[in-house]
Amino acid sequence: MNERSMWRPPELSLRWWPVFLRNLLVWRKLAIPSLVGNIAEPLMWLVAFGYGMGALVGQVHSGGSEVPYILFLASGSICMSAMNAASFEALYSAFSRMHVQKTWDGIMNAPVSLDSVVLAEMLWAGFKAVFTVTAILGVMLALDISHSLKLLAAWPVLLGVGVTFSCIALIFNALAKNYDFFTYYFTLFLTPMMFLSGIFFPRDQLPAPVRLVSELLPLTHAVELVRPMFMDQWPAHPLRSGLVLAAYAIGGFWIALALTRRRFRA
Amino acid sequence: MSPLLFEARNLAKRYGNTSVVDDLSFGIAPGECLGVIGPNGAGKTTTIRMCLGLTTPDHGSITALGLSMPRDELAIKAQLGVVSQFDTLDPDFSCAENLLVYGRYFGMKDAVIRERIPRLLEFAALSHKADARPGELSGGMRRRLSLARALVNDPRLLLLDEPTTGLDPQARHLMWERLQWLLQQGKSILLTTHFMDEAERLCSRLLVLDHGRKIAEGGPRLLISEHLEADVVEAYGNGALQLAESPLKALAARVEVSGETVFFYTQDAKPLLDALAAHPQLRTLHRPANLEDLFLKLTGRQIRQEG
Repeated sequence: MNERSMWRPPELSLRWWPVFLRNLLVWRKLAIPSLVGNIAEPLMWLVAFGYGMGALVGQVHSGGSEVPYILFLASGSICMSAMNAASFEALYSAFSRMHVQKTWDGIMNAPVSLDSVVLAEMLWAGFKAVFTVTAILGVMLALDISHSLKLLAAWPVLLGVGVTFSCIALIFNALAKNYDFFTYYFTLFLTPMMFLSGIFFPRDQLPAPVRLVSELLPLTHAVELVRPMFMDQWPAHPLRSGLVLAAYAIGGFWIALALTRRRFRA
Repeated sequence: MSPLLFEARNLAKRYGNTSVVDDLSFGIAPGECLGVIGPNGAGKTTTIRMCLGLTTPDHGSITALGLSMPRDELAIKAQLGVVSQFDTLDPDFSCAENLLVYGRYFGMKDAVIRERIPRLLEFAALSHKADARPGELSGGMRRRLSLARALVNDPRLLLLDEPTTGLDPQARHLMWERLQWLLQQGKSILLTTHFMDEAERLCSRLLVLDHGRKIAEGGPRLLISEHLEADVVEAYGNGALQLAESPLKALAARVEVSGETVFFYTQDAKPLLDALAAHPQLRTLHRPANLEDLFLKLTGRQIRQEG
């Protein structure tokens, strides 16, 4: 029997659904405390920086008009929240299930393939991101930061952002030996990206070479898509940004799947 | 169709330069309990993993229930029940929820699973713990819950990897009772174990593995009578080791020394015991030869590196 290539295309079936449902059932037991944890921090950033710094900064030039700093920050930081929520779930929580609790091993003794398990984890982390983002959006609406109807379109885009970052995070999940490994991912990849993607200040403040790098970052394109909708406009380059995110998602998932297959191919 | 429920032919698996499983063939007939015994590192777990399609063999083929691995992996697993060496129960779910969630992985409808849950909990002697989480259960209860979970899809064949390791005697006996009941119901079982009394009690046939190779195969009593004398007399204490070289030696068919103990293997223990009576300072134990003697004879008394 020949070993099948770890790069073969995903073999997917509907069996990802009971795995997703399993995570949902666990989460339902802990939803309220986990929600508080998920939205408290982004809201503190928003209030402290938005109102505090916002008073100093005043208006920011964005999308051809002057907007209050809090609106600028809120429209960027919602993408960061989607990214963080998805990344935490696809790293720490998925790693617990995969490596610590051996939940995946149990599942794979039933007729569920590894591919379906990885797909379920990916979609689950995307769902967690949407859930967090929805709660934060609710608070933003209550604070009257934006009330554009276009926010309804931002919502599925943020699902896409969550899915993209969960795909990328699953690569590192597949490579991890322990939880410490994820600290590198956060400090070396996510944190710098946060500062380079135009969340806290407009990207045209960046020196030209750095701006070039920032053009390649998925979070930049998430912000490019979502921010205009907060200002009741449509994104300038929806196709380009959408394709960049899709490329990161598809490429990320494929690599994550291949590396996870290698990990389980003992 | 083959009358065997499960058949592995010429399985081989190497990791680097180490051969973990080497040209291993075996079959399981319907209603049979096949025991796989062997020291640590003999290839038992790798064999089970290959049977489940989790490890791809370098050579050989596996067919089960008229289907073949790895092509029909999921279809085969749909009819298997698996208890792995380490519990993979969901710590956040109650016992009942563990069964429900696991049943869904088989594509079963919630109503069907819910109908089975009370019977499964009763089987596991856990009816009173339906709402308890695995963390609140004893080791034996957790293993029985794992077994009940493996039965949620009403499988024809069970693969059990050391199901009683780490359990106290009460819990182990209860587990044996449950497995015997399953065999009476016509289930087939593939079992790996370190406990020779467990193998002797449950298994109709045994496979002795060492260094990935099959070194003996057959019914437990038959294997013992084929390879061993009927009786064993153990002697230990002051001067026991000298006996091994004394004329007494001629009264036994075979003499073995391990540590401070001398083992005399014989078809007729009477003359030997009479002679030993002249050495009252020695402690002696006369017993029938058992599977453990066979196991040690075949695989040696040395502690393995992995052990």
